[in-house]
Amino acid sequence: MIRVQQEDFDIGAEIARLKAGRTDIGAIVTFTGTVRDQGGAVTEMTLEHYPAMTEAELSRIEAEARARWPLQASLVVHRYGALKPGDDIVLVATASEHRDAAFDAARFLMDYLKTRAPFWKREDGPHGARWVEAEVRDSGAASRWGLKTHAAE
Amino acid sequence: MRVLYFAWVKEKAGIAAEDIEPPEGVATVAELIVWLKSRGPEFANAFERAEIIRAAIDQSHVRHDAPIAGAREIAFFPPVTGG
Repeated sequence: MIRVQQEDFDIGAEIARLKAGRTDIGAIVTFTGTVRDQGGAVTEMTLEHYPAMTEAELSRIEAEARARWPLQASLVVHRYGALKPGDDIVLVATASEHRDAAFDAARFLMDYLKTRAPFWKREDGPHGARWVEAEVRDSGAASRWGLKTHAAE
Repeated sequence: MRVLYFAWVKEKAGIAAEDIEPPEGVATVAELIVWLKSRGPEFANAFERAEIIRAAIDQSHVRHDAPIAGAREIAFFPPVTGG
């Protein structure tokens, strides 16, 4: 399941919903990405996105994960709008019978999302505002899974 | 066709969206960028580092050599930084 939303999420409630009525799940892995203040350099973070494309792209990413691993459930929640240091940005949860699939799929979802989901972070702080630059290590992390990052090439 | 700009591409272009009719002979994303750049200094600035700008046609990522024929919506944006 994919959700793109402005409001915060409750990790406990999300896991409870994912497990509700099921007794076949053996492993649940969650990843939460949060806003860092970077030693006081960041006082606010604004996440812009491309609404018509975001859910479509996240759904493609999720479908790819479910094609690669035997997942029993998966969830990606990504926030947009104005956030403060300490706020949650993204939640990925994966469920499987055994832990390996859940761990690997959660990592894959994050690596894939970071290079393909159309979100852009702008950081505000005492020294002004700046758009966050994409990290080379993120495309390196994605290429580990045999993924192209669709650079201009 | 509708063209959308996001993040610093939008800020530099000074516009979030517009409807355009590129001239005949503009067949690919790369050629569309060249044409967009020719329309004014703000677009020349926005697309100055054209090689790092990403494109999507009808909400799917494409490379710069992708044809634009039949596209309804083309988006230009910096490398994504979500997550």
